[in-house]
Amino acid sequence: MVTRGFTGRQRPAGLADRLPPGQHLVDGFPVLSAGPTPRIAHEQWSFTLKVGPKAVVTWNWAEFNALPQSKMTRDIHCVTTWSKFNTSWGGVLIDDILAGAGIEPPTDFALAHSYGGYSTNVPATDLTGGKAMVALRYEGQPIEADHGGPARLLVPHLYFWKSAKWVNALQFTERDEAGFWELRGYHIYGDPWREQRYTDD
Amino acid sequence: MIEARIGPRPAVRWQTAAVRNIIVQTARIKSFFLVPSQPFDFRAGQHVDVRLTAPDGYHASRSYSIASPPEDPSQIELAIEHLEDGEISPFFHEVVEVGDEIEFRGPLGGHFVWSKADGGPLLLVGGGSGLVPLMAIIRHREAVATDVPIVLLLSARNWDDVLYRDELLALHERRNGFTLVLTLTREPPRRDGDYGRRVDALMMAETLRRLPGPPKHVFVCGTNPFVNAAADGAVAGGTPPSIIRTERYGG
Repeated sequence: MVTRGFTGRQRPAGLADRLPPGQHLVDGFPVLSAGPTPRIAHEQWSFTLKVGPKAVVTWNWAEFNALPQSKMTRDIHCVTTWSKFNTSWGGVLIDDILAGAGIEPPTDFALAHSYGGYSTNVPATDLTGGKAMVALRYEGQPIEADHGGPARLLVPHLYFWKSAKWVNALQFTERDEAGFWELRGYHIYGDPWREQRYTDD
Repeated sequence: MIEARIGPRPAVRWQTAAVRNIIVQTARIKSFFLVPSQPFDFRAGQHVDVRLTAPDGYHASRSYSIASPPEDPSQIELAIEHLEDGEISPFFHEVVEVGDEIEFRGPLGGHFVWSKADGGPLLLVGGGSGLVPLMAIIRHREAVATDVPIVLLLSARNWDDVLYRDELLALHERRNGFTLVLTLTREPPRRDGDYGRRVDALMMAETLRRLPGPPKHVFVCGTNPFVNAAADGAVAGGTPPSIIRTERYGG
């Protein structure tokens, strides 16, 4: 349905292949979260790799920082329709977390868990092959608490609610188990290029 | 309980609504009353996505909270603040007229919601147009005539920027368990017990004490710095983080 009187903004040429449908570009870095911002000291922080209910490995902050470090520069896309280009992150690839634990992806699905009770589900194939990391730095600096520090999941090819802030565990699951927003009306997968914002989009 | 209602839900389809009325609320906020073409049920606190489409197929959408209570399903009220550098809100303020058809879908958002059955007391904290989803909660409380205690701490720049000011003052005067606390950030306070500064931990602690007991649920909506100040203040005042729901504008 064409909206009477709406022409939209001038779209710079060349943006179409980089900006998913329904998104607009921002310079800032908006903060959206469902509760108070948890503030986790490095001494309290840990990250656990789980298979089902069983913890496989738990790293403390120093141990986790000793895992191989990688960098990623990616465009990110929030379901609330903002996108931000060229965000640069540093941290530990999920591949290197699995290698550090000495395992291959044991199931096809995973749930990321966070301080504060948040969770989100991502298929294993979207986490491996260099596609995702647990980020510890943003633009070369420690990640601010508002943006998910000390550590957040980064799965930049999916809507950004999948990149769980304040992440403290990655749990492999037999089935694709819906996380916090996925249980509250948001899409189970969340591909920005297919505009998978809400259930069954 | 709110959490008992989460779970798989049907897809939310786009539909059209006719603009029935437009009301100027403040210098920056207008209310748009939309009549959905399909039956529309929602819970207080939820939002809709509005989609504008250009003749060349380009489309843009934004989320707007519903200000009206679920008890009036014939129309929904969106109170939209004019953001100068925005793409959607200037269109609403400058182009949309009564009788226009607008595409939208909803209800959306299954977290920042409250119904009578969820109980109270409630602490609501809003900054500017962050009042909108809280207003749906307050109006729902009135519509179902429950005595759940609510304290609303509302921050605005000036007295004349207070959205729904007359309605809120009238509700407060009824003394039936709804208390309005205003804080003005660019003017001195005008009422006893109001404030004239930005929200801080002391203000949150004092506001919590105006409830008859500890809140069962806390809802905070506004810009990110505002939400952080209010939520951190509530936690410092002894409120468990797990009962604080936030919605942050600015995306």
